[in-house]
Amino acid sequence: MKALSLKAVNKHFGPVQVLNDINIEADEGEFVVFVGPSGCGKSTLLRIIAGLEDVSSGEVFINEQAVNQVPPSKRGIAMVFQSYALYPHLNVAKNMSLALKQEGLAKAVIEERIQNASRMLNLTDYLKRYPSELSGGQRQRVAIGRAIVRQPKLFLFDEPLSNLDAALRVNTRLEIANLHKQLSTTMVYVTHDQTEAMTLADKIVVLKDGRVEQAGSPMELYNNPANRFVAGFLGSPSMNFLPGDLLGLNGDTVIGVRPEHIAINENSAMSATVLHVEQLGGDTNVVASVSDNPVTVRLFGQHAINEGQQINLQLDKQNLYLFDPQGIRLDETSVRH
Amino acid sequence: MQVHSARGNVFNATLMHGALLLYTLIALFPVFVILINSFKTRKAIFREPLQLPNAESFSLIGYETVLKQGDFLQYFQNSMIVTVASLSFILLFGAMAAFALSEYRFPGNKWMGLYLALGIMIPIRIGTVAILEMMVATGLVNTLWALILVYVAQGLPLAVFILSEFMHQVSDELKNAARVDGLSEYQIFFKIVMPLVRPALATVAVFNMIPIWNDLWFPLILAPAEETKTLTLGSQVFIGQYVTNWNAVLAALSMAILPVLVLYVIFSRQLIRGLTSGAVK
Ligand SMILES: Nc1ncnc2c1ncn2[C@@H]1O[C@H](COP(=O)(O)OP(=O)(O)OP(=O)(O)O)[C@@H](O)[C@H]1O
Ligand SMILES: [Mg+2]
Repeated sequence: MKALSLKAVNKHFGPVQVLNDINIEADEGEFVVFVGPSGCGKSTLLRIIAGLEDVSSGEVFINEQAVNQVPPSKRGIAMVFQSYALYPHLNVAKNMSLALKQEGLAKAVIEERIQNASRMLNLTDYLKRYPSELSGGQRQRVAIGRAIVRQPKLFLFDEPLSNLDAALRVNTRLEIANLHKQLSTTMVYVTHDQTEAMTLADKIVVLKDGRVEQAGSPMELYNNPANRFVAGFLGSPSMNFLPGDLLGLNGDTVIGVRPEHIAINENSAMSATVLHVEQLGGDTNVVASVSDNPVTVRLFGQHAINEGQQINLQLDKQNLYLFDPQGIRLDETSVRH
Repeated sequence: MQVHSARGNVFNATLMHGALLLYTLIALFPVFVILINSFKTRKAIFREPLQLPNAESFSLIGYETVLKQGDFLQYFQNSMIVTVASLSFILLFGAMAAFALSEYRFPGNKWMGLYLALGIMIPIRIGTVAILEMMVATGLVNTLWALILVYVAQGLPLAVFILSEFMHQVSDELKNAARVDGLSEYQIFFKIVMPLVRPALATVAVFNMIPIWNDLWFPLILAPAEETKTLTLGSQVFIGQYVTNWNAVLAALSMAILPVLVLYVIFSRQLIRGLTSGAVK
């Protein structure tokens, strides 16, 4: 059964087309991540799924039920907002119980669900506190708790980690992954951070300017990007793009090669000047210039390389990507011999 | 001596508190004079207006006159009903209009807001004759409703203006969260937005309360009958063209201050609690 499907969804605000012919499906229990640059329409898409925004045309199905005419609270969804959106005048327990009271559940049931959720999220000590008396990470957990207690068929997350600091972000990311394992509910997660997308997703949907560029599993997209945008968006450091004539191809063709698929080899013909070195301890990133094209090389371990040094680079022929000037992927068999 | 603490220096703090204290004294002085003189004999009021009442000058004659003359309790009750009812309607309808203006996009939204705010600049008393004619036509003259309706009309423009500014600041995500949680638009208004703009509600209430309580104009014109007289109007009997019964006037004023004071304390509590609860947006 499909937990979510969007069919030919379009959305415009006045004359501005924000979403263009979006077709997306999610299986039950799948973790789907919408990723794309700022302003590409991720939040709008999520709000359409939630029912907070109407589609201009197209259809939304949740658990194979058409929900275009169904209000948010009847869609079986729960949503975690970017700003947490906790009710400032209600304490943690009441924040979590409001939706359940609206549904008219029995007091005992509500109590039990709150206990379960707060135990799961380590919030038992904070139930009587107000949101202003919590840290950012705790507020985040309350927001997630408020979603969990509803026992929805579909979780929606809108950039839930963007207000947290780096360390907390990694922790909370793990917690969300665990949560998905425990609940095995379908989750739709919006982010502009490709690392979050790669680490959490069963399926990534890459959006750009309101269009789906590509959808698939993280490794599918990483290893087999459909176009230059997807290739450049996923992976960190991101893929290098070089003019085709460096390898004796048509000058309009663009060569894409990931930083880990370039080696330093004295016997290679491609010479480069080191511009910058990033020593990360476990990895070393070398930014070099090949006839005025910046190239990032990712080396494993620690290397003594200095700025200004001359090095020779070798591209891994098995892992080259070719794109036409419009960014559409070309057939690489000719160069992968 | 440590002059500087983390949050500012002691000298500045002293200066600031000194200024505030001075202002408080100046503001409270007239009230104080009214209160002490209301407990004195007529002679003592004129001879030593700033002296506290002592065994010789102490007298309750003012209060006795006030309580004997006319139906003072009735006036009191009328004033209370008019003020509380007017404030409730101003806050309720003002907040509802402000919510609609700030939350929903509809054609003419801007113009509607401007139209509602226009009333701030036009004194309602200009329309007194027309209002009186309307009240006569609807048979509302000499009812408390006449006063309540006029005061609501008078208070709404500023209420809508202030409240819609505050409601703009309640984040959309919060309202969307409430929609996902299954609250209806009315519940969002009453359970989420109203509690969050409580400081603004208190401000509007305080701004409107005192002019309504003290108003003489409309009670005199629209409801001068004995059974609908307000406190301010009722007290006028003691102020004659040639002789003024100062004992009674001062006693009536002292008693009129009390209820506003109580209302004010209630609202300002709300105001302070609203400000310190630290809204999380
Ligand atoms: N209510 C609205 N009226 C007009 N335009 C809107 C409205 N809401 C969003 N937009 C436009 O739609 C586009 C997509 O917005 P959206 O919020 O979905 O972006 P996003 O992908 O979530 O970006 P971010 O990563 O910055 O949150 C933006 O260009 C935005 O200006
Ligand atoms: Mg967004």
